[in-house]
Amino acid sequence: MPRVKGKIEIDQERCKGCGLCISVCPMKVIDFGEGFNAKGYHPAEPKYVEKCIACGFCYNMCPDVCITVYREVESA
Amino acid sequence: MAFQVILKRPESLTQREFTYCPGCTHGIIHRIIAEVIDELGIREKTIAVAPIGCSVFAYQFFNTDATVAAHGRAPAVATGMKRARPDLYVFTYQGDGDLAAIGTAEIVHAANRGEKITTIFVNNAIYGMTGGQMAPTTLLGMKTTTTPYGRKADNDGYPLHVAEIIKEARGVAFLARTKVNTPQDVQKTKKAIKKAFLAQIKGLGFGMVEVLSTCPTNWGIDPVSALKWLEEHMVPEYPLGVFVDKVGDEQ
Repeated sequence: MPRVKGKIEIDQERCKGCGLCISVCPMKVIDFGEGFNAKGYHPAEPKYVEKCIACGFCYNMCPDVCITVYREVESA
Repeated sequence: MAFQVILKRPESLTQREFTYCPGCTHGIIHRIIAEVIDELGIREKTIAVAPIGCSVFAYQFFNTDATVAAHGRAPAVATGMKRARPDLYVFTYQGDGDLAAIGTAEIVHAANRGEKITTIFVNNAIYGMTGGQMAPTTLLGMKTTTTPYGRKADNDGYPLHVAEIIKEARGVAFLARTKVNTPQDVQKTKKAIKKAFLAQIKGLGFGMVEVLSTCPTNWGIDPVSALKWLEEHMVPEYPLGVFVDKVGDEQ
């Protein structure tokens, strides 16, 4: 069965760098960024987004609702 | 091949950023409630009642009508609104300092009267906003700023089990205790909150969900360890489960 391909986007300015998404991601897609956002946090970044399977775990655990999850579909 | 959005910020949340500390699970619970309101399609007919505490600004975050009640009095305010406008759906969002301490009378009697309102009770075993004082729900032995040597039963009493008290009230239509420290439990909490709203929509009576939550700042640990601490310490003290369910299976 082909693996489901997904993609996530993290709102860098909303993220408070708590790391809950990093702790629950089964594919280790997310990691802290090196830069700072306006609030002074290291936001989480989808660094290895090619491994994403669109499970939505990060979205479910994000306390600041800054993650959007996409899933690849056959284009009509 | 194209990418399709499968999960995004629910419509029932405003664009305003949460004022909670990093890793505070209040945000997760806010999002679940907003998703349930979206799914039930009742956003235009919902009123939120915010408490006093960290979540006092909940009225800015929910894209519904909202008000703030005096400390602990959210069920009383919600009762009045629901009785004046029975066509609207009213829910209260309360923490443990609000509901389990100063608001004990209001919640017990609202449940006993079977008021057709929904209460989301967030239990993180500590007073968050005021700086980590002991709450009635604080665990035995847990260090807080007012119990620096740990809570002792002979001086401070025992942790208050709100769900076990409320379940004896006959007006209750749905009552459950859940947690939000794993994605799976977040989904279970969402199902429970949906049923608590359905109890109100179907006119069956009072619906309440007690959600075990974290407070990394006042527990003094990082957000990821706080999820583990919740599992290891809070779950044994506060057993999870559905206590009352008159709603039945979803349609």
